[in-house]
Amino acid sequence: MTSTPGSDAKIAAALPAEAVKISVDPSTEPFWRAARERRLVAPRCADCGTFRLPPTPFCWRCQSAAVDWTELSGRAIVYTYTVVDGYPGLPEITLVPAVVDLPDAPGARLVTNVVGVDPADVSIGTELTVDFHPISDGWLLPVFRVAAPLAKEQPA
Amino acid sequence: MAQGTGVRDVAIAGIGATPYYKRGETAGKSITQLAGEAILAACADAGLSAAEIDGLAFYSLARAGYGDQMEAGEFVETLGIRELKFTAALTGGGGGSAGAIGLARAAIVAGDASVVVTVMALQQRTRLGTVVASKAATPVSSFVQPSGLAGPGHLMSLLTRRHMYQYGTTRDAFAEIAISTRQNALNRPKARYREPLTREQYFSARMIADPLCLYDFCLESEGAVAIVTTSLERARDLRQPPVPVVAAAHGGTREWGRGFSWFGMPDDETFASSGHKAVAGWLYQRAGVTPQDIDVALIYDHFTPMVLMQLEDYGFCEKGEGGPFVLSGAIRYTPERKPGSIPVNPHGGQLSEAYVIGATHIVEGVEQLRGTAVNQVADAQLALVTGGPAALPTSGLILGRDR
Repeated sequence: MTSTPGSDAKIAAALPAEAVKISVDPSTEPFWRAARERRLVAPRCADCGTFRLPPTPFCWRCQSAAVDWTELSGRAIVYTYTVVDGYPGLPEITLVPAVVDLPDAPGARLVTNVVGVDPADVSIGTELTVDFHPISDGWLLPVFRVAAPLAKEQPA
Repeated sequence: MAQGTGVRDVAIAGIGATPYYKRGETAGKSITQLAGEAILAACADAGLSAAEIDGLAFYSLARAGYGDQMEAGEFVETLGIRELKFTAALTGGGGGSAGAIGLARAAIVAGDASVVVTVMALQQRTRLGTVVASKAATPVSSFVQPSGLAGPGHLMSLLTRRHMYQYGTTRDAFAEIAISTRQNALNRPKARYREPLTREQYFSARMIADPLCLYDFCLESEGAVAIVTTSLERARDLRQPPVPVVAAAHGGTREWGRGFSWFGMPDDETFASSGHKAVAGWLYQRAGVTPQDIDVALIYDHFTPMVLMQLEDYGFCEKGEGGPFVLSGAIRYTPERKPGSIPVNPHGGQLSEAYVIGATHIVEGVEQLRGTAVNQVADAQLALVTGGPAALPTSGLILGRDR
């Protein structure tokens, strides 16, 4: 970690597993099934090649319902973010919710968390790599860590 | 310029409201009781009997806040409405507040109903500030909720940071919106906050979702507001001077879509906006006026940066210039409007008077055009009223004076 000993810098976390419960439908389930295998995927229109997230029944550009689920590299770039201290029932937690661009799925974004970092080290343009965080019911949630050189730990 | 432009076929004939309460204070009342008090007050203001209501035009899917529901049948039974010929709601949430008057107009112009009530009642049984976190995740919200964006302010902080990054906007501008809005509330008998807000207070306040602090958030208040709309002809025979609807619009474009409920806006300019640009264009076109013709702006102020972004989208300043525009003092209330300025929320808005999901802005627009506002803009001829920046629809309304 970049914080010096004795500093009171907080480290951004993700919500604990029991606080996050997702639901899925046929359009979104492949995303979550892949995440459970620690793979980040995005739906790409099988007809016109347009990426879209969240997964939706139709391509907004050509209205096709045909989808190729495409595996992504896991790289992301912070488009915008906030810093939140506390969450209902979790007053001590520090969160860095962020909207990230996915360079290998142009036009698609994820709303996610930057974790394992002093929030002061996050800015628009910060490069990230995906990691997976346990949530309720055995699912894994894609979250992001700052890419090297800041992040010392690699995704497990 | 302002006289005679726009549609002017219907008018607001009555307004009514309960007192404005703090969170929890109305726990002993039902939603129907709160809404009914506002409806009866609006009917009395218009000089109508509640029995003459024949239409209901809601917004936010007729929800009372984001948990409770208003029920047309209950209103009919409780208030003694004889015949209900129209009952409908705009979809979405607070984005439709101003547009609900357009829905009332649609019913009246179509000939389906003649006395149409719009009402919002709000109790904070679920705190709106953390409403996102309190709901069970849907397949779509499962892509936002796990991040810990617990409420609307958290969502909009992400747009705010982009605006600061793209245009150099600073927190001083948000402070000016909070402070000037508070200043307008000081002499308002019903305002929840009537003490001046200082820069020191603003900048020492707790951060809720950086860069948004406590004073960037609107109030957690309770209460109800009702508005009676009827044909302009009929309004002329009623108790109050009619306030004609000059134009109304609701909706938006694909580029905004669900806005900060999803963050899919494809271009930077739309992302760091209020999502109102299309509605603003339709509104001015239908009204046959320009931003320079507007005398007073009642801007939906759930969060200070969204006031700034609406000022841009409604053309009071260039895109990206909202910060310097606000900091020049251009939104401050003065009795005489100065060139290049636009008095914003002289009623103290949702930041300082009361938050009733946009309905208090319609009331203030009506009072400004009757000439009875507490902080009256001298000889105001046109008032802009906006709905909340929100997932579609957003909406707007231009009100005028009759003859």
